[in-house]
Amino acid sequence: MDAILLQILNGLDKGSAYALIALGLTLIFGTLGVVNFAHGALFMIGAFCVVTLQKILNLSTVAIDPTKVDFLGNPLKVKTPYIVNWFGEAAGSAIINWSVPLAILFAIPIMLLVGYVMERGLIKHFYKRPHADQILVTFGLAIVLQEIIKACYGANPIPTPAPEIFRGSFDFGVWIGMAENAVIYPYWRLVYFAFSALIIGLVFAFLQFTTFGMVVRAGMADRETVGLLGINIDKRFTIMFGIAAAVAGLAGVMYSPINSPNYHMGMDFLVLSFVVVVVGGMGSLPGAVLAGFTLGILESFASMNEVKGFFEAIYLPSIDQIIIYLVAIVILLVRPRGLMGRAGVMEE
Amino acid sequence: MFDKFQNNDRMLMLFFIFLVLAGPILLAPFGAGYPDLLQRFCIFGIFAIGFNILFGLTGYLSFGHAAFLGVGSYSAVWMFKLLTMNVIPALILAVIIAGLFSLLIGFISLRRSGIYFSILTLAFAQMSFSLAYSVLTPITNGETGLQLTLDDPRILDAANTSGSLPSTNFFGLTMNSTAKFEFFGMVFQFNVGFYFCAVMLILAFYLAMRIFRSPFGLMLKAIKTNQNRLNYTGVNTRPYTLAAFVISGMYAGLAGGLMACTDPLAGAERMQWTASGEVVLMTILGGSGTLLGPVLGAGFIKYFENIFSKINENVLHGWFSFLPDGLEDLIVWVLHFFVGKGWHLTLGLLFMMVVIFLPGGLLQGASHIIDWIRGKKQSSSTQISNPNSMPAE
Amino acid sequence: MSKQLTRRGVLKSGAVVGAGLTMPTIFTSSAAAYTNEPKGGTVTLGFNVPQSGPYADEGADELRAYKLAVEHLNGGGDAGMMKTFSSKALKGNGILGKKVKYVTGDTQTKSDAARASAKSMIEKDGAVMITGGSSSGVAIAVQGLCQEAGVIFMAGLTHSNDTTGKDKKANGFRHFFNGHMSAAALAPVLEKKYGKDRKAYHLTADYTWGWTQQASIAAATEAKGWKTVKNVLTPLATTDFSSYVAPVLNSGADILVLNHYGGNMINSLTSAVQFGLRDKEVNGKNFEIVVPLYSRLMARGAGKNVKGIFGSTNWHWSLSDAGSKAFVKSFGEKYGFPPSQAAHTCYVQTLLYADACERSGTFNPCGVGEALEGFKFDGLGNGPTEYRKEDHQCFKDVLVVKGKENPTSQFDVLEVVEVTPRAQVEYKPDHPMFKGGSLGKCNPGA
Repeated sequence: MDAILLQILNGLDKGSAYALIALGLTLIFGTLGVVNFAHGALFMIGAFCVVTLQKILNLSTVAIDPTKVDFLGNPLKVKTPYIVNWFGEAAGSAIINWSVPLAILFAIPIMLLVGYVMERGLIKHFYKRPHADQILVTFGLAIVLQEIIKACYGANPIPTPAPEIFRGSFDFGVWIGMAENAVIYPYWRLVYFAFSALIIGLVFAFLQFTTFGMVVRAGMADRETVGLLGINIDKRFTIMFGIAAAVAGLAGVMYSPINSPNYHMGMDFLVLSFVVVVVGGMGSLPGAVLAGFTLGILESFASMNEVKGFFEAIYLPSIDQIIIYLVAIVILLVRPRGLMGRAGVMEE
Repeated sequence: MFDKFQNNDRMLMLFFIFLVLAGPILLAPFGAGYPDLLQRFCIFGIFAIGFNILFGLTGYLSFGHAAFLGVGSYSAVWMFKLLTMNVIPALILAVIIAGLFSLLIGFISLRRSGIYFSILTLAFAQMSFSLAYSVLTPITNGETGLQLTLDDPRILDAANTSGSLPSTNFFGLTMNSTAKFEFFGMVFQFNVGFYFCAVMLILAFYLAMRIFRSPFGLMLKAIKTNQNRLNYTGVNTRPYTLAAFVISGMYAGLAGGLMACTDPLAGAERMQWTASGEVVLMTILGGSGTLLGPVLGAGFIKYFENIFSKINENVLHGWFSFLPDGLEDLIVWVLHFFVGKGWHLTLGLLFMMVVIFLPGGLLQGASHIIDWIRGKKQSSSTQISNPNSMPAE
Repeated sequence: MSKQLTRRGVLKSGAVVGAGLTMPTIFTSSAAAYTNEPKGGTVTLGFNVPQSGPYADEGADELRAYKLAVEHLNGGGDAGMMKTFSSKALKGNGILGKKVKYVTGDTQTKSDAARASAKSMIEKDGAVMITGGSSSGVAIAVQGLCQEAGVIFMAGLTHSNDTTGKDKKANGFRHFFNGHMSAAALAPVLEKKYGKDRKAYHLTADYTWGWTQQASIAAATEAKGWKTVKNVLTPLATTDFSSYVAPVLNSGADILVLNHYGGNMINSLTSAVQFGLRDKEVNGKNFEIVVPLYSRLMARGAGKNVKGIFGSTNWHWSLSDAGSKAFVKSFGEKYGFPPSQAAHTCYVQTLLYADACERSGTFNPCGVGEALEGFKFDGLGNGPTEYRKEDHQCFKDVLVVKGKENPTSQFDVLEVVEVTPRAQVEYKPDHPMFKGGSLGKCNPGA
């Protein structure tokens, strides 16, 4: 029981990462009809917004401390961040400590800008091109973006810790009357889940309750007719692309304390995100979210040791990677357009 | 010029045979005239030609073709371990097993079309990768890769007492034997393994050409153009697409088998999605639906992977040593982002450039250049024959 | 479709092309005694390191060390460890009077790519020796290739027992230590620190290095009285270890052993710390984490999470023997930061190879191999060391380290707890964890 509860919590967390990326992908698929292989790179850029902000906050004055020596025997250079000099020790380190949440504010304008530039500069020209061309150009873009990040920040992961007060974990077991330490879960992951739920809610509310959202939904259903009504659908789609980029970027920002950002983290997520989008059904936002959580929870369960050793005689270590694809196949065979897909979208 | 070739099969075939067989000489000035890379050009050429039979003709975009290549490699290596070091049984088994495997996956995946088909093939390939990487370790030797050992049975071969591993051979002709010739300071290497792969590539190319020109090929093109209309006229398209899928799977199996013939080792990473993606990129980069394009694309990507990744700052300094010091350092500093550890960046930029400026792939770029040299007259005729050739802007 | 190809036509044209090939007057290069015998005034070494993928930074550090070694061999710089090396065969005039040149390649940490890169160095650039790498799977694959091609392979960073165990090759040599030696060094320290009555939970990367290290650590700690509660294999591609870490506390274990390296280690350790495992008490004891193989470069990626966590390492820049100091000085002055253990082992391997060539008077792999087998030396940073003849493994002292509590700089993340003497980590060549496979005969190639 406790093990199951634990993996459900875990799955919600993984699922929310998948759901956030898949949501952005579906928005772009649905509105623009573009297969965006660079979407994982946007997630990665989001995470590197945190790294950048951390670097900016840690910009330092260098003073030489003659009492200590460095590894070559020269006097040690001691660095003090400007921010500590300006705001004093306590406030300065508190700001650095909170760099991940602060990066949300930092990342939103950057991601909107990145999305805008990408759409206007490149994607716009590919609306009418075959999907194969879209894949090639966005894949090329993804490689270029991640190589630029690698050239700037190196290949090693860079630690971006969550604020101190979120360290440690919450004991669910005690809370619901189970033994101590039976079901524990890190605070930051709870924050991550809540944040994802909030973002997903906001995107849906935005599409559902604003005129802008209504036009975009209409455009997703029938782009030509909306265009004929004299509505500048292109401009709205550009904004939509920016929003999709921002959603991916924010997912990356909040994910950075969970896994230290590295330049290839986008590619790691990309394939499974595509599976999630397609299993959810092309062009369906609720489908993407549903599939994200389903596959996330499934992956968590499959990585349980009990599942791996299910067939007493043989132990199957990477069964979690296998089950998730197996289930994807079964869903696609049983439901031809995924969980909630619409007919005729990307079927030709 | 290339368009002319498309219409003149004999010329195209002769041109192709010449290019392939003279590879060691033509490519030596570009630093690519050594056996391993030449073999890779042929092997990935075969892989891409096969992929193009499916994707270029029917428009079905498979994201799992690396699985068939991997299966071919594993079968070939097992043949080397159990039966004999002769490459023929290994290749036959590789093609058969890959064919059966693609029949199974194709039969299921082709129930869907469009992106749903792509994701189904991707899922199958990723499952095969995970299986090979870990679950099936007794058969695949996991991450390390399946290798030959001294105490393998090899029941058809004479007992091995030399204390070193036997090499793969074609009826006694060892694959890794190379004749080296020096000619005005340049070394040309003629390698048995390469010529074996080259013959296979030529046969594969010839077969693909026949398929392209056959009624079967025409049917596949019709499926790409409008499958619904075909269905309405009462044609059941599934057997045709399945046949194309299996043929391209067998091509992949042949490529995988040849990889094992030239280097008897099979690793699971050959089956990963990045490897499947690579063949998609090769085909689109070269020009999907054309005969020469995929081979060209395969050559390009492999060239970048093997040559650009080996250029380091020392080499760059060597190239630009004739420039004044400051300028030399500046140029080397700029260029070092694009070579060595930055070769991925160059590749990514290349993908973008090709697809933005040459929508029909490299092959079209080549014909543009040739037309430009010959004057504007012919260029207008290319425009007509290729309505997609408008640049993106 | 009228102009279809006939078989005759193809054959005829093939013959024409064939004849064309043989036309020019050609000079066959004279036969060599072994693969890539250096003919001119230079000798080429192949540095095959990961330049893309997750280990790119480690590869970059290895490459720095190689460049430094080449500089020193050719008589440039301050000669580094050549001054402290017990063998004085190297004179700073290249190897055997030939200037050392090098080529570089990218392994991508994939067996296929690494072999392709090594092959191009051998076939195209004429390298007589291949070295480098940051993963055991790659090391084993490239070692096999070098054996077949007839060149020497000087392994870079590879820690699996199999490299010099069941997959050992006559042309391959490893200076780096292995999982078994880590276990032998670590177990007594862990016993002293955490007591005899402990229950360990292992998370293990699912490939050759993970398996062999886990087996070694489990055996060594069980001999000290620990119990192994469970061993869970994690796929190498895992990035989020939460579902593996979550059940640990509830399993009754009070120690978590992370048999992970590189990115896996960073992510699993970060997960474990996030779950607050180290703040918990189980069975009345404080919960502890152990990382048997540390890498300073990687420890940096884990940030504060490594504080106080025990592990082992092949070498560390803070060592105070003359060899280490000389190496840190020349590396630090050239690049501005201290070298990693990967850089150290690669530098040393290059010197050892060059020295063996000098002592044997040839580049022939068989001669070089003979000179390396059973070679005893000192002054290269690990105290008295021996290349054992039976399996081509170096035997030397092993460092037990722990994450530093108060680092003074971003390089200062580990501190040496104990230098475990060589005698304690030595094992017999036919030890059960290393048996199977054989060196075979040295292969000089052509």
